[in-house]
Amino acid sequence: MNQCKPDRPAAEVAGDIVSAARARIGDAIFTRLTLFFSILMVTILIALLIVLGIDAWPAIQKFGLSFITSVEWDPVNEVFGALPAIYGTLLSSAIGLIIAVPISLGSAIFLSELAPQWMRRPCSFLIEMLAAIPSVIIGLWGLYVMVPFIRNPIEIWLGSNLGFLPLFSGPPFGVGFLSAGIILAIMVIPIITAVSREAIVAVPLTQREAMLALGATRWEMIARAVLPYCRSGLVGGVVLGLGRALGETMAVTMVIGNAYTLSPSLFSPGATIASKVASEFNEASGDLYIGSLIELALVLFAITLLVNIIARLLVWRTVSVRSTGE
Amino acid sequence: MRRINNWISGIAMAILTAAVVFAGCAAPSGSPATTQAKSINLNGAGATFPAPLYTKWFDEYNKLTGVKVNYQPIGSGGGISQIIEGTVDFGATDGIMTDAEIAKAESKNGPILHIPTTSGSVAVIYNLSGIGSGQLKLTGDVLANIYLKKINKWNDPAITAINPGLKLPDAAIAAVFRSDGSGTTYIFTNYLCKVSPEFKSGIGNAKSVKWPGDIGGQGNAGVAGQVQQIPNSIGYVELAYAEQNKLAWASLKNAAGNFVEPSLTATTKAAEGITLPDDMKVMLTDSANPEAYPIVGFTWILVYVNQKDKDKGEALAKMLWWAIHDGQKYTEPLTYANLAGSTVTKAENAILSIKYQEQPIITR
Repeated sequence: MNQCKPDRPAAEVAGDIVSAARARIGDAIFTRLTLFFSILMVTILIALLIVLGIDAWPAIQKFGLSFITSVEWDPVNEVFGALPAIYGTLLSSAIGLIIAVPISLGSAIFLSELAPQWMRRPCSFLIEMLAAIPSVIIGLWGLYVMVPFIRNPIEIWLGSNLGFLPLFSGPPFGVGFLSAGIILAIMVIPIITAVSREAIVAVPLTQREAMLALGATRWEMIARAVLPYCRSGLVGGVVLGLGRALGETMAVTMVIGNAYTLSPSLFSPGATIASKVASEFNEASGDLYIGSLIELALVLFAITLLVNIIARLLVWRTVSVRSTGE
Repeated sequence: MRRINNWISGIAMAILTAAVVFAGCAAPSGSPATTQAKSINLNGAGATFPAPLYTKWFDEYNKLTGVKVNYQPIGSGGGISQIIEGTVDFGATDGIMTDAEIAKAESKNGPILHIPTTSGSVAVIYNLSGIGSGQLKLTGDVLANIYLKKINKWNDPAITAINPGLKLPDAAIAAVFRSDGSGTTYIFTNYLCKVSPEFKSGIGNAKSVKWPGDIGGQGNAGVAGQVQQIPNSIGYVELAYAEQNKLAWASLKNAAGNFVEPSLTATTKAAEGITLPDDMKVMLTDSANPEAYPIVGFTWILVYVNQKDKDKGEALAKMLWWAIHDGQKYTEPLTYANLAGSTVTKAENAILSIKYQEQPIITR
């Protein structure tokens, strides 16, 4: 901030000197305040983990590692396992990303590079608006509008033409992993689009001009100069989207069918960690049952953490490769 | 940079202003409570199923007496744990407290009462083209086998045998269940356990069970939505929900051998003409009354016998007394069933047993 001072009008600088003492006190307060807030955040996170750990302890003690590998979820006999929920969480998020990433990157490139000036702002604004729709509304829309359409014609067509693949086997209920994945795609597209568009816009004009000056086409300019330059930003956007997809609860609960199964078919109803916890926590009773639901939450926390670490490593790697390459 | 600086200090100012305003507000807001120390507030929490009725009751009761009752519909499980912890004056539940829960409550605060306030029933709904409401007949055994996935087709001999006049399709049955823990599932599985030993040993009776069925719907709306959308499906929802949404429901064979459609009258009948235990901890499923619908259960308010605060205890007992008498006139307009004769007497006895320092709070 000091480097800025010479640029400012002299009168203002003089005023600053007069009130320097006051500013120092203000700075001190400000530093302490922000320090307090950041420590508060870290403390909350740690406290949260400790409390979750304590409440999950009966389940951790009883089931140990088998909690992760078991497919049982039987509240009557108090036997609990997380595998179908972990599977459902990863599968639905993967479907969501497979659909969302090309669409998001495509629209981000179009809106930042190709679209006529008058349509850039309104279009970006509208896409970002999509992120503001409450998930329960998206879920209701999914249940009453999207799911019937996915059952007939999409699943019926896939089933009759590609039904020999395990991926498209089983009765077409409409609700299931496929619907959950599509709902997640709709919910993460605005996030990935917005972040990617920002990243692409931030690429210096000189990069583009240099590429065009070499005689590149527009496609070559985007593919070879723009996208590699902002790769870390793009990965960041996808990771943000994935984070949302892993934890999304309400909309997924409404369209995934909530069966606790481990099926290879995309048509099969399933469950995610978040949907399982949201469905059963209210009416759960008994330390072991509640403990198991909380342990599910811990598993989700671990998955999200792992995904974030992998993404950080990816970003870090791409950044370092690029900087050494230059 | 200058702009960013201004921006940051702007935010800091906003936070400080908010803090000052907040601190300023906090002081006066405490004073009204002290000025009206006489007014009595009762707090309750629990079951969502009777929440619309309770909201109406407590609103009307407040107009009559000035007693303010706050009810939080957080679910039966939540209601039970809050009354065990003693953080509310009464709990509410659709299921009977387990022995372990009762022991926990009694060790902390002494004996606890289950006072029935109304009863509800569960309608079995279906989506079969050309077959209208009430036309499909089912027995408890067949229903259990459908949910055990042992009967998988609508034209299974077990179903066609009890529906001789109906043309049932050669189609797979999609069994829809409630995915969230609920009193509806509790009543439904309680009934299936009574009529099918296999269901009892394989699945059991709880608010959430391990369904072998196909699809889980979230709430009554989720189950009904799935059933309406998926051809050849079957599901179960609260009677009130099925009635308000004009869903096609099945006639069920009751313990006396009659096929009965769900209705408020058939729900009330389930508690009539049969002997009820004095503690009212009974599920009304599979009632012996020949006019009763078989999937019926009470919903209860949970209160401690020994009240710690005289004024509150008195207000609570009077409110409960009003609810099981005058309050009953609000039940049917809101599609809840009336309490029948002997139930009211036994509920009265329970309310009369509420004490403050070993003395009954209200007398007949």
